[in-house]
This record gives sequence, structure tokens and C-alpha cells, in this order.
Amino acid sequence: MPEYYNITIEDTGESYRCVDYRSVLVGMEALGKKGIPVGCRSGGCGVCKVQVVEGTYSKRVMSRAHVSEEEEASGCALSCRITPTSDMRIRVLGKMKKNVCRPASMTGTPPIFTN
Amino acid sequence: MAMTGILRPGHAQIRVLDLEESVKWYTDVLGLVPMGRDSQGRAYFKARQERDHNSIILRQADRAGMDFFGYKVLDQAALDGLEKKIRDYGIQTERIPAGDLMETGERVRFKVPTGHTTELYVDKKPAGNAVGTENPNVDVIDGPGIGPVRLDHCLIYGKDIDGNHDFYTKVLGFHLVERVKMEDGTTDLAIWLSCSAKAHDIAMVRHSEDDKLHHVAFQVTSWEQVLRSADILSNNRASIDVGPTRHGITNGTTVYFFDPSGNRLETFSGGYDHYPDMEPTTWTWDEVGAGIFYHPRKLNEAFLTVVT
Repeated sequence: MPEYYNITIEDTGESYRCVDYRSVLVGMEALGKKGIPVGCRSGGCGVCKVQVVEGTYSKRVMSRAHVSEEEEASGCALSCRITPTSDMRIRVLGKMKKNVCRPASMTGTPPIFTN
Repeated sequence: MAMTGILRPGHAQIRVLDLEESVKWYTDVLGLVPMGRDSQGRAYFKARQERDHNSIILRQADRAGMDFFGYKVLDQAALDGLEKKIRDYGIQTERIPAGDLMETGERVRFKVPTGHTTELYVDKKPAGNAVGTENPNVDVIDGPGIGPVRLDHCLIYGKDIDGNHDFYTKVLGFHLVERVKMEDGTTDLAIWLSCSAKAHDIAMVRHSEDDKLHHVAFQVTSWEQVLRSADILSNNRASIDVGPTRHGITNGTTVYFFDPSGNRLETFSGGYDHYPDMEPTTWTWDEVGAGIFYHPRKLNEAFLTVVT
């Protein structure tokens, strides 16, 4: 039988029930909840990065471009790569690289997708 | 114009976080043909109708993304000529010896202005497609997995796409097919380039970081095969990004999804033919939503900004 755990996103107060075979991120999406940015869902892009404040979880390999060993050891993770083994409280660290869409003449530099 | 220089995209080396998981997924879900491994542990694949030995190389790494993208060139004289033109343009080249990639000849490697490592080569050992070249059967695609026809194109992200545009058109002989203008009406946000009669062989988007991958695309033969791709992806609980839908740009039908390491891939069908005498198509900033995804006609932030 699957186990269910309660996930709370501290930033928004949103909480949802996550089944133990789903990642914290996909568990949120599956119930139409929001709060963590959704990207590749596969540990590569980094936008769903969270800090685990409370609770236990199992994890899979995630990109070192987005989570260093030190961060991982201190409870930081990509939420698409962790599955709950208890109720959890998390804080959102990741964000979309905002599409600022400014013309080059206004910014002095052409890049428009800035962090 | 006959094709006398660069013929087509030939190979892409993709970084994966878990090689064994990825080999299984690229074989069973994407449906590429496994072609072996080399002494560095890299895993090689081809699409079922490709004749050359490999087109996708997977390398285990601690982060996702693309190591390099390579184009096949007609013959040695064309390769030597292109190498000279690249050096004369002011870009350094190096030669990677034959055999560094399995069943692949010497490669000329260089970095384009957006920092992407790019290669040209002539030889890759013929390995045969699914049906052969004498009195062939039609290839009835029955799995495993999606089983795309071929590696089709890639979309890269970086700062100096104007520099890439100049280099790709003046030195490598590509043509501008479509472009998206930014809000100022002048600056290119994105460009689509072809070295063939395809609607695109590579595309690039202006972005604050260099050497980023947006997606690698594979051709399938019809809109129904795009829908079938999405069904197979969902059956296997793969991470689908957008689609199935249609692009305004190129008119191609599409589904975007992620490999097990978060690299975005696409199966793509259709797209018009492009010839070098054709005037490029331009999309203005206000209508670019429909250029990217024709039915919703609006920008999709995750699609535009999530890269590896």
C-alpha cells in the first residue's frame, strides 16, 4: 500500500498530500497545486530547488550545476528528485529565469533572459 | 543549389546524470537503436532510419546539457575548405583524431560565438538502416518506444546570436529561414537557420548565459506519429513539457519532453521546405506567442526559460 505524507510550502502556506512514489514537485503538480516552479522534473534544470526545513525524504542524483554537495548535505534539493518518507515543510529557493523582454537599446546589452 | 559543404546535423553528445537509467530510457522509450559503448564509457545510439553508425552519444556527468553538436560534411576537400574559412574568420579550430568517437573519422572542432562546441566531420561508418538499400520494405515503426526517423535539429541558447548568425551564414553556408524580433523591432530574439532544404537545421535564442541547450529534436513522419510519441511518453511516465501542438515558426507539429536528466528533447514532423532564394519570415514581438505555439498564441515561460 502506498503511504501518503503532507507537504507544506512555507512561502505560501500551501499544503498537499503527496503519495510516496511521487516526487515532492510532481506530487504538487498532480493535485493542481502551485508554489514551486516546474521545469524539467528530472534533476537537470534547477528551477524547482527547495530547502527542506523539516521532514525526511529519499533522493536521487541531481545536477551539480544547481545543487552543490554542501547544499545537498544541508537539506537543499531539487524537489523533482526527492520523495517524502515523512511529512515535510519546505522553502522555495528556485525561480524561473524571468523573461524580461527589454529591448537592447534600453538595457545596453542584448540578453533579455536574465536571472 | 546542390549541397556541397555541410550536409546535415550528424551527432550530438548529451550529458546524463545516470548512464544506465538513460541508456534504458533512450532505448525503450525514445526508441533509438543502441550501437555500443567506447573505452570512456560513452553510450552510442542511432535513429532507426539513419545509415551512419551513431547520432546520439550519452556521457555520464554531474550536470545535464550538451557537450557538442556535429555536422556531417560532403567530403575531405569541403572539410579542409571549411576549416580554412573558420580560421580566416578568426575562430580557432582543433582536429580530434579519428576513432575518438566510435566509427567516426577526424573531426574539426571549434566554438561558435555563443560558446557552443561545434564539430564538422566527413566519415562515419555506414551501419545500415532498418530496411537496407536494395528493394527495401517500407519501415513499419513498431517499437520499442517512439523510434524516430533521424536526428533533425537543435535549439541552443547564448548571448551573441548575432555573432552566431554572421558566422553560420558567412562561413558555414547556412541560410536564415525565420527570425523573431524583440520589442524594439530591430534586435533578433531568435533565429532559425538551414544548411539544407529543411525549415531548420539549428535555431538559437538570445539568453543571458552561454553554451546552453534548449532541445535536441528528432524527426517523425506524421502528426499522428507526434501524437503516438506523446502517448508512449505518458505510458512511460516521462516528463512532457508542451504539446502535442503545432509551431507557427516552421509549421512543424511537435511534442517537447525531457530525458531522465532534464535535457529537453522534441519529436517533430512536417515543416515546409526552404530554398536559399526565399525571403526570411519575420515574427514581431507582439505575435511571437503564435510563432512558438500556434494554438495557444501566448508565451510559455517555462518553455522559453528552462534550459540545461
